[in-house]
Amino acid sequence: MTNALNRRELLRRAAAGGAFLTVPGVLAACGGSSNKAAGTTSSGDKTLAKTLRFSNWTLYIDTNNKKKTHPSLAEFQKKYGTHVQYTEDINDNASYFGKIQGPLSRGQSIDRDIVVLTDNDRYLSLMIKKGWAEKLDKSAIPNIKNLVDVQLHPGFDPNREYSLPWQSGMTGIAYNDKLTDPVLSIDDLLTNPKLKGKITVLNSMGDALTCVMLANGDDPTKVTDASFNKAFNQIKKAVDSKQIRQFTGNDYAPLLAKGDLSAAMSWSGDIAQIGNTHIHWNVPTAGGALWTDNMLIPKGGNIYTASVYMNYVYDPKVAAQIEGGNPKTGDTGVYYICPVKGAREALLKTDPAIAKNVLIFPTKKMLDNVKIFDSNALNNQKYLTAWQNLVSG
Amino acid sequence: MGLFHRHRQLTPYLLLAPGVLWLTVFFVVPLGFLAYQSLESGNFDVGYSFTWAWGNYWDALRNYRGQFIRSLEYAGIATLLALLLSYPVAYWIAFRGGRWKNLLLLFIVAPFFVTYLIRTLAWETILADHGFVVHTLQHLHVLGPSGRLLATSTAVVTGITYNFLPFMALPLYVSLEQIDERLLEAAQDLYASKWKAFVKVTLPLSLPGVVAGTLLTFIPAAGDFINAQLLGSPQNHMIGNVIQSKFLELTDYPAAAAMSFILMAGILVAVVVYARAVGTEQLTGTPG
Repeated sequence: MTNALNRRELLRRAAAGGAFLTVPGVLAACGGSSNKAAGTTSSGDKTLAKTLRFSNWTLYIDTNNKKKTHPSLAEFQKKYGTHVQYTEDINDNASYFGKIQGPLSRGQSIDRDIVVLTDNDRYLSLMIKKGWAEKLDKSAIPNIKNLVDVQLHPGFDPNREYSLPWQSGMTGIAYNDKLTDPVLSIDDLLTNPKLKGKITVLNSMGDALTCVMLANGDDPTKVTDASFNKAFNQIKKAVDSKQIRQFTGNDYAPLLAKGDLSAAMSWSGDIAQIGNTHIHWNVPTAGGALWTDNMLIPKGGNIYTASVYMNYVYDPKVAAQIEGGNPKTGDTGVYYICPVKGAREALLKTDPAIAKNVLIFPTKKMLDNVKIFDSNALNNQKYLTAWQNLVSG
Repeated sequence: MGLFHRHRQLTPYLLLAPGVLWLTVFFVVPLGFLAYQSLESGNFDVGYSFTWAWGNYWDALRNYRGQFIRSLEYAGIATLLALLLSYPVAYWIAFRGGRWKNLLLLFIVAPFFVTYLIRTLAWETILADHGFVVHTLQHLHVLGPSGRLLATSTAVVTGITYNFLPFMALPLYVSLEQIDERLLEAAQDLYASKWKAFVKVTLPLSLPGVVAGTLLTFIPAAGDFINAQLLGSPQNHMIGNVIQSKFLELTDYPAAAAMSFILMAGILVAVVVYARAVGTEQLTGTPG
């Protein structure tokens, strides 16, 4: 402390500072945003908001890296006059849900009109079950007719009243051909002694168990205690024998590219994005998992504006732009699996290489071989606890 | 001025008030909520209710004893390593740094302008299976030909040590820097060898820094989960990983709250034992 600041001066400043710290003021500051739900959401309101607040996962929309823009969002603004405030703040379902569940459970708005959650984790169905999602305004979404058939009636939202797919992806096995022979089956991945300590498994229960159950000849769409235990014990054995090095989210990708991992249970889009010719991705011989990230309007979001945006992305041309970008303008795409009919045809004209990439537009044979994990099992507390203890214990 | 003269005895409380208020609102009250939550039962789907569920504590201790012990163990080793690494460095800067002192201190702090996560991820590269460190150690037969460092306890402890190093080095530096060099000259005038002067004069005078540094390192290290998650395998996970997964993945708030309290109690016991051993006056730096 400087000499100039004597005791009296200090006290005076402390008193002045203290005045701002009155208890009611502090408590009000703790409460977070006020309840805006009533103001913004009368269901009959058909005027577009000035701003659409959209939370998505990182690297999950078309991007022009030179201009640092998202062309499809700029186009939306040009067409409708609504600015999209696009935030890449979702890294995994659990953390994001943890962040928004507080305000939602108190009936407060989270200041978002669209959020994207995955169907093979429990939080998407929880949002709907808890009444924390708004119903879509389907009259504003005629393009819903372009939704691919396989996505029409999911268990968590049988008539698509609350959700629409953003992108899908497949879960399978990736391997690095410089380090190992092809790894094509789950049994090989989990038991081949040459791969000991050189593989990772995904920490999402739905992804991991779907693949292992299919390898066991069990049905992952209808999980029983017996099939759960069998798959669980098989993975536990691989943990105990140190075959499995780690459980990961998508942080396995750099390890695989660097050569620390020979093989990994992996998501198709990650491998399409890496674009490394030595890393190959396959649906496991006995089958893999299919999952879908879904757009949802959280309670308090602007239903009409969000629905108009959903209609916009279900236009095949827009979907093609988001999916594959555009090589002419230097836009990169998402490279996962597009849920919109007609997008592939649109892409064949602008970027045939992407349209023909089977990781992005999988063949029928691949799609027949991937399954969606039982949504009841995702909410089974006994399974979840056992799985989390294995993954983090 | 007259007001303060008359209420002189009130002055300390006035000075304390903002801090106390801050701690009450942002520490004591949330802690109370956490305590309340740790005794609830139920689950996220149906909701939680307060039932004096002491079972949460016993379950946590029974099921996760391994992770509790591992956390204290890793944090303890990392603290010791950080002390052994930092002491010579801080000593050298304090006594030999001369006009470069500030620059040298900046070198210690500089890596910490980078975020915690990135720093930890950097160790993933340093310790990579095909990296320089592993190859060298394999060459020296410290590691077997298929040996590795990533996803082992060594990597986790290394990561923690590195990440908390400045919390050790800076208090050490401050206490060493304050030592009056004339005391060392006096010791040598009285025929103490350099080593004896260090043991009898420097070390005791730097103890407040040692105590502050070890506490600042050990306490956050015991609750850390990032290092274990990124650099460890499932066999190396610490209690922080379990608490994180209970809170975020399982939304089992009561269990997570109970574990947080057990961890706090465990750290408190360790700190009290430690403070008893070195003497409480070292915590405040007042001569005993």
